[in-house]
Amino acid sequence: MEMFDQKKPVLTVSQLTSMVKGVLEENFALVWVEGEVSNLRTPSSGHIYFTLKDENSQIKVVMFRGRGSFLKFRLEDGLHIILRGNITVYETRGEYQILADYVEPIGAGALQLAFEQMKERLAKEGLFDKARKRPIPSVPKKVGIITSPTGAAIRDMLHIMDRRFANLHIMIYPVRVQGAEAPPEIIQAIRDMNTIEDLDVIIAGRGGGSMEDLWAFNDEGVARAIYNSRVPVISAVGHETDFTIADFVADLRAPTPSAAAELVVQNKADIEERLKTLYKRLCHISKGRLTLLNSHLKNIEGRLRSPIDRVRQFAQRLDDMTIRLNLSIRQKLEFSKKKLDRDMSLLNSLSPLAILQRGYSITTILSTGAVVNEIAEVKVGDRVGVRVTDGEMECRVEKSSMINM
Amino acid sequence: MAEKFEDAMKKLESIVERMEKGDMSLNESLKMFEEGVKLTRFCSQELHKAEKRVELLSRDAEGKLVAVPFEEEEDE
Repeated sequence: MEMFDQKKPVLTVSQLTSMVKGVLEENFALVWVEGEVSNLRTPSSGHIYFTLKDENSQIKVVMFRGRGSFLKFRLEDGLHIILRGNITVYETRGEYQILADYVEPIGAGALQLAFEQMKERLAKEGLFDKARKRPIPSVPKKVGIITSPTGAAIRDMLHIMDRRFANLHIMIYPVRVQGAEAPPEIIQAIRDMNTIEDLDVIIAGRGGGSMEDLWAFNDEGVARAIYNSRVPVISAVGHETDFTIADFVADLRAPTPSAAAELVVQNKADIEERLKTLYKRLCHISKGRLTLLNSHLKNIEGRLRSPIDRVRQFAQRLDDMTIRLNLSIRQKLEFSKKKLDRDMSLLNSLSPLAILQRGYSITTILSTGAVVNEIAEVKVGDRVGVRVTDGEMECRVEKSSMINM
Repeated sequence: MAEKFEDAMKKLESIVERMEKGDMSLNESLKMFEEGVKLTRFCSQELHKAEKRVELLSRDAEGKLVAVPFEEEEDE
């Protein structure tokens, strides 16, 4: 019964706890511990509480506000981390815990694994199929942007769009782009923007950050919202080397938010340039054609004058020929006249009347009028007419005799 | 609207190409030119029709989506 030595002091709970506290806190003033986060609690006080565990043991961890806000990533249950801190004893409950002042994920391996797993699953489901990606309209008029309204991303995008093509209607849907609230806000934004009837394209994104920062864009719900969006979606998350699930499911992946803005307005600028060139070509051809036709017309006009020349030539030839014809006719007439004169004088010389002038006469038998050529044609007593050059006489044959010549 | 624009661009392109071949009558090419000018005007109007507007979407008291002009903080 009397198990305890009267000489040994009996400690109160507080005394013992205090002693344990002293030993622990002295010997574990700085420890590095590796384990998996579980039972994470982030009350409104801003302090962070979780349990770090491995296969066999677990230990409570607390990060007071101020330290916690320096975290470069978001703590989540299941995350494999390494932390630095010191052991403290929470005397009220007799518990010891690690007061952490630095936490880092182990190689981001857990996130990477989760990412790869989700990527594979959604790919199998067909969310990334190229065939279902819709074309981005070449001349968007109304562009929706889902991003943080205060980040560098929105400023860069607006700057580029304004500089390259000022006449866009841009609608910004402000959302948180990191943290647990980000995915539901982004999902809601995509749904809401799909109710805007004439919205041509949605850009969803944020500027660069760690893999944890970009994690909202690896959210399955966000991926499905993009998949179900009626309006084509351009993803624009982080830097060129960052790939998120949103990038795979989006209709087009822009390497950065600035690039997304460039894509949207570049198209428009290119098209404007193309239109200008086409118009120039159109005018050039038409002008060329008209010039050609004009010179053709002038050529034809020039050739049209030649018939007139030819008519004139004909006229001249006609004149020429008329003159020559006149001349030849006159010559011919002259010739004929001369010949006529000659013939007439010849005829004259042959006329019996001319012979009569030379003293000859013509005797005719009065009863018949026949010319007497031989003496035998008359007999004594016949009445004959004798014709001399300027008269006639009636005679009676008194005697006739033949003359021998 | 975008489709109409694309169609117009395509039509304009084919007109220019046909005219460049130059195997059409004067009357035809004048008609083509006229059509081309019309298409150019249409496309240009489409390109420049929209006005610059930057709006911020938010929800009003009834939860309805409303757009208000977005003011960029001028920090540069």
